[in-house]
Amino acid sequence: MVSRSRSLFDRSILFPAIRESFVKLNPRVQLRNPVMFIVEVGALVSIFYAFRDVRNGQASFDIAISAWLWFTVLFANFAEAMAEGRGKAQAEYLRRTKTDTIARRLVDGREERVPATQLRRGDRVVAEVNDLIATDGEIVEGAATVDESAITGESAPVIREAGGDRSSVTGGTRVLSDRIVYVVSANPGESFLDRMISLVEGAQRQKTPNEIALSILLAGLTIIFVIAVATLAPFSIYAGATPSVVVLIALLVCLIPTTIGGLLSAIGIAGMDRVLQRNVLAMSGRAVEAAGDVDTLLLDKTGTITLGNRQATEIIFAPGADETIVYRSAYFASLADETPEGRSIVTLSLSKGAGDGSTVLPAGAVVVPFSAYTRMSGVDYTDGSQLRKGAPDAVRAWVSQNGGGKTDVLAAEVDRIARAGGTPLLLADRGRILGCIGLRDILKPNTRVRFDRLRAMGIRTVMITGDNPLTASAIAREAGVDDFLAEATPETKMTLIKREQGEGRLVAMTGDGTNDAPALAQADVGVAMNSGTQAAKEAGNMIDLDSDPTKLIEIVEVGKQLLMTRGSLTTFSIANDVAKYFAILPAMFVAAYPAMDALNIMRLNPHSAILSAIIFNALIIVALIPLALRGVPYRPRGAEAVLRENVLIYGLGGIIVPFIGIKAIDLILGVLHLTGAS
Amino acid sequence: MTVVGWLQAAVVFALVCLLVKPVGAYMARVFEGERVFLSPVLAPVERGIYRLCRIDPAREMGWKPYAFSVVAFSLVSFLYLYVLLRVQAFLPLNPQGFGNLAPDLAWNTAISFMTNTNWQFYSGESTMSYLSQMAGLGWHNFVSAGAGIAIAIALMRGLSRRSASTIGNFWVDLTRAVLYVLLPIAVVGSLLLIWQGVPQNFSGYTTVKTLEGAAQSIPQGPMASQEIIKELGTNGGGFVNANSASTWENPTGFSNLIELVCIILIGGALTYTFGRYVKDQRQGWVLFAAMTTLFVAGFTAAYAAEAAGNPIVHALGVAGGNLEGKEARFGIAASALFATITTDASCGAVNAMHDSFTALGGLIPMFNMQMGEVVFGGDGSGFYGIIYYAILTVFIAGLMVGRTPEYLGKKIERREVQLAILAALVVPVFALVPAGIASVLPAGLATLNNAGPHGFSEILYAYSSMVNNNGSAFAGLSPNTWWNVSGGVVMLFGRIAIMIPVIALAGALAAKRAVPATAGTFTTTSPIFVVLLIGVILIVGALTFFPADALGPIVEHLLNQQGKQF
Repeated sequence: MVSRSRSLFDRSILFPAIRESFVKLNPRVQLRNPVMFIVEVGALVSIFYAFRDVRNGQASFDIAISAWLWFTVLFANFAEAMAEGRGKAQAEYLRRTKTDTIARRLVDGREERVPATQLRRGDRVVAEVNDLIATDGEIVEGAATVDESAITGESAPVIREAGGDRSSVTGGTRVLSDRIVYVVSANPGESFLDRMISLVEGAQRQKTPNEIALSILLAGLTIIFVIAVATLAPFSIYAGATPSVVVLIALLVCLIPTTIGGLLSAIGIAGMDRVLQRNVLAMSGRAVEAAGDVDTLLLDKTGTITLGNRQATEIIFAPGADETIVYRSAYFASLADETPEGRSIVTLSLSKGAGDGSTVLPAGAVVVPFSAYTRMSGVDYTDGSQLRKGAPDAVRAWVSQNGGGKTDVLAAEVDRIARAGGTPLLLADRGRILGCIGLRDILKPNTRVRFDRLRAMGIRTVMITGDNPLTASAIAREAGVDDFLAEATPETKMTLIKREQGEGRLVAMTGDGTNDAPALAQADVGVAMNSGTQAAKEAGNMIDLDSDPTKLIEIVEVGKQLLMTRGSLTTFSIANDVAKYFAILPAMFVAAYPAMDALNIMRLNPHSAILSAIIFNALIIVALIPLALRGVPYRPRGAEAVLRENVLIYGLGGIIVPFIGIKAIDLILGVLHLTGAS
Repeated sequence: MTVVGWLQAAVVFALVCLLVKPVGAYMARVFEGERVFLSPVLAPVERGIYRLCRIDPAREMGWKPYAFSVVAFSLVSFLYLYVLLRVQAFLPLNPQGFGNLAPDLAWNTAISFMTNTNWQFYSGESTMSYLSQMAGLGWHNFVSAGAGIAIAIALMRGLSRRSASTIGNFWVDLTRAVLYVLLPIAVVGSLLLIWQGVPQNFSGYTTVKTLEGAAQSIPQGPMASQEIIKELGTNGGGFVNANSASTWENPTGFSNLIELVCIILIGGALTYTFGRYVKDQRQGWVLFAAMTTLFVAGFTAAYAAEAAGNPIVHALGVAGGNLEGKEARFGIAASALFATITTDASCGAVNAMHDSFTALGGLIPMFNMQMGEVVFGGDGSGFYGIIYYAILTVFIAGLMVGRTPEYLGKKIERREVQLAILAALVVPVFALVPAGIASVLPAGLATLNNAGPHGFSEILYAYSSMVNNNGSAFAGLSPNTWWNVSGGVVMLFGRIAIMIPVIALAGALAAKRAVPATAGTFTTTSPIFVVLLIGVILIVGALTFFPADALGPIVEHLLNQQGKQF
């Protein structure tokens, strides 16, 4: 999309985010996040105590604590605002595309110019060269090249035409050639562009299931710590110490999971944003989260595993056939064949010297296009001779019909090619079989490596293809997928998805055609290609603006990274508590029990220890913002390896880091003589 | 610390390890209604009970009827005991002619036994008639343990079933737990105890003349039968006040061994039963491994603290470990071991005075309870306790592998987290809040015998014990209305407020279908899971109590080192 390469702390995001951090101090905003709400309440109460403590000289301590509590809330707000910032910038750009488009509406055959906002579903609209498409629709007349860069960021124009799978047009795109008539399919406010704006802006963002579960855990932990800290008041009265409310607030804020609490929503927004940066539009955060859980990937063979279409890789001559004649025949028989397969035969035969004579059809020769009925194509010459190429059984039948000789010529070759997963074609003139052409799928580079990576992540790959089982299994073996579905139809695809889901697996797939729509809707993660039909786009829960089916793999990785980031920062946040106990408790009770100093294992200054812990608690949020926005480093590996590494870094690290951090802050405070009261 | 001391612990633990598999496998068969070697004798009895109570053993329950049955059964049992204690003077089998219990003490005691706590604000030998002991307290000793086991089994069904709407039949589970598990072991065990010298009679107390010429009354009664279920059912309520420290309840080293093994037998064996249910023994062994680690660490610390002794006593020229409040026939190691085991499990029987332990030695039993008593734990309650910790562990750590966390193929989502955290809230809320009130309330402080941090430890220990349904006491507290009533409330919530979310959890898990494990699944059978589980138990569970403990045993220890005592 437009701002793909924005750096993490782009100035245009940074400054609005700082402003937004203050706006978000509104308690009603904070209430959505119980952990940070408690910090804010604590900050307010501390100010109150600062006024009360003016006389006894404790006010400066209260103010310092309160200030750092405010910073804690601000830092958390800032993280969220930063995460939202990119989306907002993108939405701003999209909104500019949307303004004041004038549409040419057809009413009873007459054309009238109306603002796009007045278009309703079912209206017919004309668009010609240089017209902006006013809103989403289906082409009912004509074909045109369309510049969709405003939506997809891809500058190469695409062809859109009535009928078939490429009939949809999107509001905000521009017609570059020809004239089309389209029927409006979305009312104002419901168009793709509108949805896109609200999605990137996060206006409709709802908490995802896992985020809700985690929030419940954090709220539960917060309650536990509120109890643990609140009861310290009577406990210290028993001990003969006077509990300071501000100190108790400081302890509470240190213990409740503020780090993850402050970063949780930023992590979620950033996860969606990372999907967006890959030019995929996720309809909900739930879909991104589900992507991390995917167990089975259904991958279309064409475009995902193999490079587009099959290509001719060999031409074999029948015994006794003349080499040059075979090449020339292959060339002429395919000359009129506009399919990629046909083109590849032309290219191959030319490279073998088919063009040494003439590359132009003799005058009067008539090309016979491929038909599903004959399953052959070819050329009829004026002298009555004919050339045909096509499916082996069709060609054999044609040869024997025409009284030709042996039809079992090259049978072994045909079998060999088919067994290897290729498509064999026979080439014949009226009387005899001339040769055999082998078409093969060309695998995309690194497919095997990709699938090995997925397997390491515990994801099963299933190749979907219309090929026969023999061909399919050969390609599946070569590509290294785990399973395949041959002779796939929309129905068999649907059955496969339901079977996988019935066994408890989550399924992801891509699709673009209208007949893919039911399967896209059934799959847990359905990625529709932007080039596809409106029906497909509405059925899926993600739209790939680049229409690149391999993207599915990246989406899964983003989903996993999102969950990993949440888990890692939660672990880190909880592990931090150990050090904070040792920082605050001795400082709190050293007056009542001087012996408590033995617990001061960091040897902190008792006057600044509490402040040091609070400062660490606030600064760690800032320090972790880049991690929250980028996600924890991710490499595709098995769960065991990932867990071991993350437990070491965020679990053990979470225990150790605050010991060092709090001590360092305490030393700095000491140097600056900011050790609080007395 | 001595080699013999360590050997005592090793023998107990080795015996438990040997018994875990046969007992665990036996329970798995019993609760699935399969034939076991006792079936020829017990099956007709079981059928008779069902016919008498009009129970259809084939009819399973959803979680709501199951929970309702547990609560209703507990309530009725509670009322029965309450009434019995209030009228025992008018009933037979009361050779000493003990009077009726006061309402607040009867409330506290009835709740205490109904909840498997067996906190005792009375001395058994001077309060309870034999009928109250046997038909009242004894009944609860069996059924409260049986109810705990039943819920553990229901949870195992929840974890192992797929897309199921039921988790078993409470009445059937309870009947089988008592009939097939608790009764047979209790019969054999009580015979062993009688052989070791524990009384079993209906005689009145014997009055003897001591060497000094004073008259002493020696209690009698049906002790052995009560004693064995006290340990096996992790009840802990002694027939006599001195509990397992008395020569009647626990006369020899061998009886001590039997009692120790019985305390953790069921809690340990249930992990094996769990492995059977989920068809993966490793899942059970990892829980056993986490329990073992915490047990060994706790014993080591308690034994070390007691063996090191009290610096103040050392300063007086008396070398050696702390023997105050310990029975000489058990010594330091067996006393530290008993204290560790009785608080690891939710038993509460004692063979020494925990109040007289060194500050750190006393911290260990308190800390064990504050962890939620999940180290083997109470019958059933230990298992379901460690499962909600396991669910929290899986949720927090499982996210780190980049998937919605799963435990045994069940996705841990909103509802499961909600119920697990609800259960985890109970111990801190119902231990710390009343302890906070008691430590400033005149009525709470009125009957406190010790001052300073040690007095505070006594308060904290009392509520930690009651909320976890342990029942052991630091002593130093005398009952008054505040303690009786608040203690009853705490024990009640400590039991019911955990049970209900756990049963709901069983229902929620049973309804889920299982996700097949892949290379991307967080495995819960690896050593790293054991480490994480222990981490969550310590940080989420016990660390909550760290500030309070710091003001009790920890600061007391630090002050002891400086020569101050309380």
